[in-house]
Amino acid sequence: MAEVSEYLKNEREQEWRVALRSTLKNKERTMLERVSMPEQDPGKRNRDFTEVNSGLSEPDAIGEARRCLDCVNPTCITGCPVGINIPKFIKKIEAGEFLESARVLKETNTLPAVCGRVCPQEVQCEQACFYTQKLKLPAVAIGHLERFVADFEQNSGKMSVPVIKERNGIKVASIGSGPAGLAFAGDMAKKGYDVTVFEALHEIGGVLKYGIPEFRLPNRIVDVEIDVLEKMGVKFVKNFIVGATASIEELKEEGFSAFMVGSGAGLPNFMHIPGENLIGIYSSNEYLTRVNLMNAADPEYDTPVISGKKVAVIGGGNTAMDAVRTSKRLGAERSMIIYRRSIEEMPARKEEIKHAQEEGVEFMNLHNPLEYYADEKGRVCKMKVQKMALGEPDASGRRRPIPIEGSEFIMEVDTVIVSVGVSPNPLIPQSMKDLNVSKWGTIVVDQDTMHSSVTGVFAGGDIVRGGATVILAMGDGRKAAEAMDQFLKEKQK
Amino acid sequence: MKLLVLYSRNPEQQMNKIIEKEYFSEVVVKLVVEAPHIAKSRKAGHFVIVKTGEKGERIPLTIAAADVEKGTITLIIQKVGVTSARLCNLEVGDEITDVVGPLGKPTHVEKVGTVLASGGGVGVAPLLPIVEAFKEAGNRVITILAARKKELIILEEQMRNHSDEVIIMTDDGSYGMKGLVTVGMEEVIGREKVDLAVTVGPAIMMKFVSKLTGKYNIPTVASLNTLMVDGTGMCGACRVSVGGKTRFVCVDGPEFDAHLVDFDEMMLRLGSYKPSEAEAYENYLSSHPKTQ
Repeated sequence: MAEVSEYLKNEREQEWRVALRSTLKNKERTMLERVSMPEQDPGKRNRDFTEVNSGLSEPDAIGEARRCLDCVNPTCITGCPVGINIPKFIKKIEAGEFLESARVLKETNTLPAVCGRVCPQEVQCEQACFYTQKLKLPAVAIGHLERFVADFEQNSGKMSVPVIKERNGIKVASIGSGPAGLAFAGDMAKKGYDVTVFEALHEIGGVLKYGIPEFRLPNRIVDVEIDVLEKMGVKFVKNFIVGATASIEELKEEGFSAFMVGSGAGLPNFMHIPGENLIGIYSSNEYLTRVNLMNAADPEYDTPVISGKKVAVIGGGNTAMDAVRTSKRLGAERSMIIYRRSIEEMPARKEEIKHAQEEGVEFMNLHNPLEYYADEKGRVCKMKVQKMALGEPDASGRRRPIPIEGSEFIMEVDTVIVSVGVSPNPLIPQSMKDLNVSKWGTIVVDQDTMHSSVTGVFAGGDIVRGGATVILAMGDGRKAAEAMDQFLKEKQK
Repeated sequence: MKLLVLYSRNPEQQMNKIIEKEYFSEVVVKLVVEAPHIAKSRKAGHFVIVKTGEKGERIPLTIAAADVEKGTITLIIQKVGVTSARLCNLEVGDEITDVVGPLGKPTHVEKVGTVLASGGGVGVAPLLPIVEAFKEAGNRVITILAARKKELIILEEQMRNHSDEVIIMTDDGSYGMKGLVTVGMEEVIGREKVDLAVTVGPAIMMKFVSKLTGKYNIPTVASLNTLMVDGTGMCGACRVSVGGKTRFVCVDGPEFDAHLVDFDEMMLRLGSYKPSEAEAYENYLSSHPKTQ
């Protein structure tokens, strides 16, 4: 850690930074108002898949960058799972050197355009910002600025490819091409390794492609970041399931020295209530995969999707918000969130809840489904819900929902999307007998090194955490890369 | 094994090439496809997910056979809708855009005594490796092949090579015995002790097979072919009720204790997209006259 703070201090003392700091007094900087993200009109955007947030203009970005005080002790960095040098990239924006700023981001972040869009900055870097902590003012809009820089670079046609250390020819594999795998691949490629990323689906990107909708994270943004990885020498193999298409043992024979398992959250959870397997009831994973990965809403594509007029989405997380907002865009008259606690306890990001409300999503908080009913064709047509009240806080610290007896009622629905969490993908654990797996099916790893019980096999992301965020998965991928590098160097000795 | 051939983001790379094509009937086609890793790793009971064309949908197909030497797998497809018609229209030298597998749990094979295998329609294709495996494990295997009419009976010779006895059943009596698969089964059950029944075919057939063997307390395994999207346990499209519990065919199956499977629910779910599928197929046929 001492090394890191020394490095940050030296960086901060560079001439250009010192000069930039003197252009405005801190008092003047804190007087500036936080920029707001321009958004598409809710009444229009809820009918198509164009991105909701349209990004900052150059003057807005520079203005926002001026708010950053370039603190002696930049606490914001401690809030970043991938340890971006935040003040440096922001000051590069203030200096108008956007491409340089992008280079700073990419020193530690493989997917800046993705993170600038989907990271919950309000509980990470921006939560740790001096403005939030000490001034009780709105934080510097670090996330918006990250996205601005990443987009600027993507649009400039001058994408920088991170510097690769001398190639060492050692083959390593990432199992899964989601955020954990891509972050891992980026770091290992920089360290000079020969990296191959294996993906089970026919598209690279994992949850970034099948899960997060186009209106929050366009696929082309993900593809540009993947192209950079390819330019760094990372190889991608689609339609390949490690543990099924070939075993880890076979890949070892092929010359792979170590593995990073980032196979993600697999099995969708259901509530096991009567009627849950009726036609028209989806898991959010299935609904979003059909629409995002398979383009089911486009008649040119073969994959169908049932998208009704009265859609109920069960759950209150980000995935539930993605599903309910998607249903609105597919033409639902009523798109409803049914959540058993109140809006304060919702795990979804505030921004997502706000966007959903603006787009006309109805929130039935403190409601819980009990049963689904079918029409004569087996399609869901009604559901029984019960009202809930909040009791004492439970183990999660949130107030426990308590059913109100006699409050049950029937409502009409024609599509239901169950979004109540996921369990880890069982394929890898099933294929490796010596792998230590928790009772929830997650892979057990050393917290510091992400090393599993099988020597040379590391793991990160949802397969370890059970269900978390893109950025935490990326943080795991980076940590695994660091530890795997150490491990392989030790082995070589 | 060379992984280099699989760097599939390279668009020039030939992948999943069709080596051989054979028409079993007007609507049933056999494709032998280059897929060296799958050929090597697959076991009886496994399936693959295939997608044809950039805009195609992902569908599961059971692997009928594999040749490790040649690095090929055999798929048998019945033309029933847009996706299967697209597949059936591919010619030797064409490629299937995406093939991934092997998926699912392999068949649990052991020596139990006498195995009564029943296959209906193209369900006979996935039944073949299962029959092979049980025979190899030292069982007496009696196989019943059922179809609507003579032309739709497939793989008879291969089945004869791996079974102690093969009984043919057709609905119209144009070949073998006249009647449903259960008629042939009752005949066997009536004359000898059956230790295990295995059934693969349309859901309605498996439902009646299961009813029959339930009556005689014969342990029965059914291999289910449900709708799937990813096929790796991520989406839950394939869920079925088994013994009152929701299970995923792609990772928990495809084989289950037939007596515990809710076949009625499964049939309903299989028909989820029937109206839109029928319409899409009409449109497809009118724009591809040669497939009619």
